Amino acid sequence: MLTKFTTLAATALAVVTVTTTAFAAEAPRPPAQEWGFSGLFGTFDRGAQQRGFQVFQQACQSCHALEFIHFRNLTGIGLSPEEVEAIAEGYQVEDGPDDLGDMFMRAARPADRIPPPFPNEQAARAANNGAYPPELSLMTRARFFGHDYVYALLTGYRDEPPEDVELMPGMYFNEWFPGQQIAMAPPLFEGAITYEDGSPETVEQYARDLVTFLAWTAEPELEERNRLGVKVVLFVIVLTGLLFALKKKIWSDVH
Amino acid sequence: MADSVSSPSGQQDEGETRRDFLLVTTATVGVVGVALAAWPFIHSMNPAADTLAVATTGVDLAPIDPGQRITVMWRGKPVFISHRTEAEIEAARAAALGDLMHPEPDDARVVEPQWLVVVGVCTHLGCIPLGQRSGDPRGEYQGWFCPCHGSHYDTSGRIRRGPAPTNLEVPPYEFVDDTTIQIG
Amino acid sequence: MAEYTWKSPTVRWVDERMPVFTLMREHLVDYPSPKNLNYWWNFGSLAGIVLVIMIVTGIFLAMHYTAHVDHAFESVQRIMRDVNYGWLVRYIHMNGASFFFIVVYIHIFRGLYYGSYKPPRELLWMIGVIILLVMMATAFTGYVLPWGQMSFWGATVITSLFSAIPLVGDDIVVWLWGGFSVDNPTLNRFFALHYLMPFIIFALVFLHLWALHTKKSNNPLGIDIKGPQDTIPFSPYYTIKDLFGLGVLLIFFLGFSFFAPDFFGEPDNYMKADPLQTPAHIVPEWYFLPFYAILRAFTFDIWFLSAKLLGVIAMFGSILILLFLPWLDRSPVRSGRFRPVFKVFFWLFVLNCFVLGVVGGNPAEGFWIPLSQASTAYYFGYFLVILPLLGIFEKPLALPSSISEAVVSKGHSPVPEAAE
Repeated sequence: MLTKFTTLAATALAVVTVTTTAFAAEAPRPPAQEWGFSGLFGTFDRGAQQRGFQVFQQACQSCHALEFIHFRNLTGIGLSPEEVEAIAEGYQVEDGPDDLGDMFMRAARPADRIPPPFPNEQAARAANNGAYPPELSLMTRARFFGHDYVYALLTGYRDEPPEDVELMPGMYFNEWFPGQQIAMAPPLFEGAITYEDGSPETVEQYARDLVTFLAWTAEPELEERNRLGVKVVLFVIVLTGLLFALKKKIWSDVH
Repeated sequence: MADSVSSPSGQQDEGETRRDFLLVTTATVGVVGVALAAWPFIHSMNPAADTLAVATTGVDLAPIDPGQRITVMWRGKPVFISHRTEAEIEAARAAALGDLMHPEPDDARVVEPQWLVVVGVCTHLGCIPLGQRSGDPRGEYQGWFCPCHGSHYDTSGRIRRGPAPTNLEVPPYEFVDDTTIQIG
Repeated sequence: MAEYTWKSPTVRWVDERMPVFTLMREHLVDYPSPKNLNYWWNFGSLAGIVLVIMIVTGIFLAMHYTAHVDHAFESVQRIMRDVNYGWLVRYIHMNGASFFFIVVYIHIFRGLYYGSYKPPRELLWMIGVIILLVMMATAFTGYVLPWGQMSFWGATVITSLFSAIPLVGDDIVVWLWGGFSVDNPTLNRFFALHYLMPFIIFALVFLHLWALHTKKSNNPLGIDIKGPQDTIPFSPYYTIKDLFGLGVLLIFFLGFSFFAPDFFGEPDNYMKADPLQTPAHIVPEWYFLPFYAILRAFTFDIWFLSAKLLGVIAMFGSILILLFLPWLDRSPVRSGRFRPVFKVFFWLFVLNCFVLGVVGGNPAEGFWIPLSQASTAYYFGYFLVILPLLGIFEKPLALPSSISEAVVSKGHSPVPEAAE
């Protein structure tokens, strides 16, 4: 009986392997990085998350929206409710209509979304040479190998394109962007963002921190999911073991 | 499911006790598992994080004249804010506690006597009492009158006559400054 | 079945007026099952359990989902971020779709290998094929609901298939859409249908079981049950075996749901639907890839039939042909165990289905095109040529005379008195 079960398991494994390799071939794979949040026990590095949010604020948010993040969510990167409230107050959001029917601006509250830089896609395109800076809160899940891809993209700019590439006006060469010509100017420069905790102020470090932050914005449930998942799967393994023992016992009089 | 497993008839050997023990253990673990698995589903119907996050409402009281009543929304329900006149405050304070169906002194129901803040939902079966607009019937006690089943509330929002069991609920609120309150 | 007297007076009271307990006892406890069913027979009941899991998670998701093009994507993100355990319910539902197909495909291959479609179980098999069709429609409409890029473009491509129908094709597509493109009316009706169809599947499962319990289960030997010595009661023997199988499935199912929730998904669906921009590679969910490969295998016209129409016919035909399988395979021997030549072609067929799947996931260019044509040819050849010919020319091995004899001769352990 165990042999049959092994056959089943082996078949399942083979299927998974074959299909994975078959589809992995689709896009060039960005170099794999080590991420503390991957794996069964993965957690986010709070320091990296907070630095990443700082990088987002200083290098990204003037063009990119972070659509699905509310200020209140920022307690998830280790900020206190008071700190969150203070951050929110630094942003203006539109509210209304008031009693006269007019919309008005007010300081943001924790319950508000982080306001987008542009009111709509047309405004975003008009301000960005026709390009539309995508929403970032789901970015790491919206690309194959998303974490590695975003990291590779942010560190993949080349000042001089290879000789056989002719850049279109207003475009930049980036090794990892599909088509290798990207409308986004290099957003990160060594030393451009000052870290208060003494972390290295390099493009690589900025990119790592930003990816950690964006990994969290895409999967804020990750830590809870891993914690609960380990317990649930262990529970089911124990239950299955009991069921197997009971099955053997019950069937002992049949064969 | 697991407890539908019953031992087959006609088995009388020493393995019996071990199987029973195994059966009871497995069934218990299985039932516990099913019960635990139910919780995420039940809890998913509780208020979500975004619903809880906007459960406060700020109100500017400055434009409300004495004698005026306004309605604001809080948690999807109307909240009545009444800028009470001296006469209304007097009437509310004059009522003897012994005469009340749900005895509560007026000053236990307000922070500042001229401002009464109550949830505008009749404690009987959830209708919205009349009395907010001028011209509405305000009932026998000049407070609010619920048209559904005839409950009369006084100027402190207390039930005085009719089927409602308790006074209009006072929501948690605080004065952020002299003329602004935050409800919730 | 002997009359059973219920001990509890309440149960007896109900049962005398409506014999629901007797019925349950008959079908879930006493049901005489062949004693030699192997683990491949677990997948039928597993499919039933996964269906229930899908319905339960789906109902809870529907409590939070908004079927409107302006809100669908956001409402799904709200489920993932704000609703208590919403992420868990959705991951189980997402991965449940994949596991439903894994389980059902194994169930179907088991039926193909052991000849479970042969007389007297033709109707049982045909109801199963209908269940598969409704399942596919349910999965397709469900995939549209999150309103991501792949949802939108998948819906556009698949509904456009119907435009291949001569004369009325375009009108049918407009009718399906409720407009001139996939838009809000489409999303609304897909939600309505996605909610409805699982209950249709549920009803069909009852018909499937009715047919099964009328003619009784097939078994790995493919020979008929000759008497009580060949069977054991369903409970406790197969209830415990099915529960153990369920445990094993749950380890994988929950493992993926918790630790690799996006494994079966497409990154493009984390971008909101954009009617102005098509993703670089439109691929259906993995469980449709073999059929997608068959659709794209036709790159040439035949007579007046366009390549497009041929592809559509072949794609639907590849499933509908299963309805005729009981009459295509005329070999009197059910189980593949006793059919040495069939066995080879069967495993080639399984391999071919994987090849079709890989082909369907890759762009239709280069060597993938002839490969898709060859494997499509084998797919249909298996049903239309190989099986009918094998029925005539294959010389099967000798069949054992009964299930119990075969079980004893396998020499596991002597038959205890209790089982005689």
